[in-house]
Amino acid sequence: MWRQTLFWVIVSCILFYMTIPAIVVVMTSFNPGEILSFPPNGFSLRWYEKALTYPDFRGAFRTGLIVALISSTLALVIGTSFAFLVVRYVFPGKNLLEGILSSPLIIPHFTTGFGFLLLGAHLNLNQTLTIIIMTHVVLVLPFVARAVYVSLLNIDPNFERSAANLGASPFMVLSRITVPLIIPGMAGGWLVASILSLTEFSASLYVTASRTQTLPVAMYNYIREYTDPTVAAVSALLIIATMLILMAANHFLGLRKILAIDSH
Amino acid sequence: MNTNNSGHSVDIVEVTKTFANVTAVHKVSLNIRKGEFMTLLGPSGCGKTTLLNMVAGFETQTSGAIRIDGKDISDVPPFMRETGMVFQSYALFPHMNVFDNIAFGLRMRKLPAKEIKAEVERALDMMKLSGMEGRRVRQLSGGQQQRIALARAIVIRPKVLLLDEPLSALDKNLRLQMQVELKELHQKTGLTTIFVTHDQGEALSLSDRVVVMSRGEVQQVSAPIELYTQPANGFVASFIGEINALPKARCQKSGQDFRFEVCPEISLNGRQPARLELKDGQMVHIFIRPEHIEIAGPRHNGANIVKGNVAAHIYQGTHTQTRVNVPGIGLVELRTKGAAAIDQAPLGSEIALSVPLDEAVILPA
Repeated sequence: MWRQTLFWVIVSCILFYMTIPAIVVVMTSFNPGEILSFPPNGFSLRWYEKALTYPDFRGAFRTGLIVALISSTLALVIGTSFAFLVVRYVFPGKNLLEGILSSPLIIPHFTTGFGFLLLGAHLNLNQTLTIIIMTHVVLVLPFVARAVYVSLLNIDPNFERSAANLGASPFMVLSRITVPLIIPGMAGGWLVASILSLTEFSASLYVTASRTQTLPVAMYNYIREYTDPTVAAVSALLIIATMLILMAANHFLGLRKILAIDSH
Repeated sequence: MNTNNSGHSVDIVEVTKTFANVTAVHKVSLNIRKGEFMTLLGPSGCGKTTLLNMVAGFETQTSGAIRIDGKDISDVPPFMRETGMVFQSYALFPHMNVFDNIAFGLRMRKLPAKEIKAEVERALDMMKLSGMEGRRVRQLSGGQQQRIALARAIVIRPKVLLLDEPLSALDKNLRLQMQVELKELHQKTGLTTIFVTHDQGEALSLSDRVVVMSRGEVQQVSAPIELYTQPANGFVASFIGEINALPKARCQKSGQDFRFEVCPEISLNGRQPARLELKDGQMVHIFIRPEHIEIAGPRHNGANIVKGNVAAHIYQGTHTQTRVNVPGIGLVELRTKGAAAIDQAPLGSEIALSVPLDEAVILPA
């Protein structure tokens, strides 16, 4: 009993510590005053109205959404190919490829952004969506590749052998057995990539311009000029959006159980 | 499933498979006749599964040929070999229901939907699975999964049915029941079948012929009874059933009389073994099954009697396995009906055993 109480106290402390920044921001967003201050001295939804109508944020959200959708989809295609290559084939330089694939975890985001800024200047691509998407693909690729890689490893090789044995050509094995079995992994990887892209800041700061800024960059620019709680309201909205996406992902994990893919 | 006249022969000719620097299968040659139930038996790592995978096309032999109906299939990819395989793990597709699993091979053959439905229903009926079409495979018991895997393999009317330890994941009672069903299925379909197992009981009860393998090589190819009564070598003798291996003995031959000197104190009378021409003074290995040794009684006339102390009784219901420590030989196991031996020969007591060599296996040392 005593130990159980202690356990829950510790868990609550950790949870509180992890969520305190978000709680502070969300509370501040309801502040009726013009100044970012904590704790709030009233309740108002005016900053939410401003957040949703402010043209910079609307534009940046649209840009960010386009970037997120395109870059995570591209990353899905490239990452799936990489995962297949690494799981199914033995070739010289395989380890090196795996290393490169995971390098964005080693290379800081601002380095990637800075690199693409210099490259973009050279290729005359700066201030375009193309360079932002290129940057984001590099940033989210490891997460997609990893998700597909794990699902591929989890497939019993006998599923594919059995299908071939029953008369399925390599293409049919791929389309009827392998791909359906890794679709949960692909979709999960794609969702994570979308969220990461949507909220990525440091690399985006380098490669975006005022016309092509994504939401986190627009928020940063806003907070440099104004001190009202609009940014807090945007943050709260982003948290809600992310939560919705994560709930979708969780629904997706539920789907995995129905497909019984995670049971071996 | 009208496959009674569809048996196909399989010839394995001098097949060798080497992985990196390990030889998994070494110069194996087998002829599997039309409609035959052939079992590949051996301990794990003996090459039996590798051999089966080569027939299915999942592995390519390093040298040698595999022929179905005389036609070399070495270059035929797995999906065109028309073999039906049942995997140890069943490998039922988890994202499909029972119907779609069984229909998979027929769909790959582009049969009309109506025909597929009829064939799948017939297969389900044959496997006593009617009404399970819509179930998810994970909702089914091991025995049901096993039947679906079998149905999926036979519904495509394969030239050869390949079974890779299909019973080993089942519990004992179910395993015995599935043995009976497998046998019935084989009789009904007449499919040429290659069955891989490490379980000698399954091999003896199911097979027309058994191939005993060890370390990638064939040790013996025989019908079950011959395999048990006339093992070709020491490996087969000790792998199939239980057997006592006596110490190396010297053969003393005078006319038609044979005596085998097991140790200075013990000599056993015997006769000319079936397939071995013995010379005087030749060294031999003698193997004798526990059921052929008896506790000596008044009706034994004094020949081939050895004495020892009872070391253990293992009561098994229908019989009792008794271990006797015989000086000069070591531990000797005998099997007697019921529990009589436990009272007759208490632990530690000295008893006399009758060790006739009539049914013993005698091999050159």
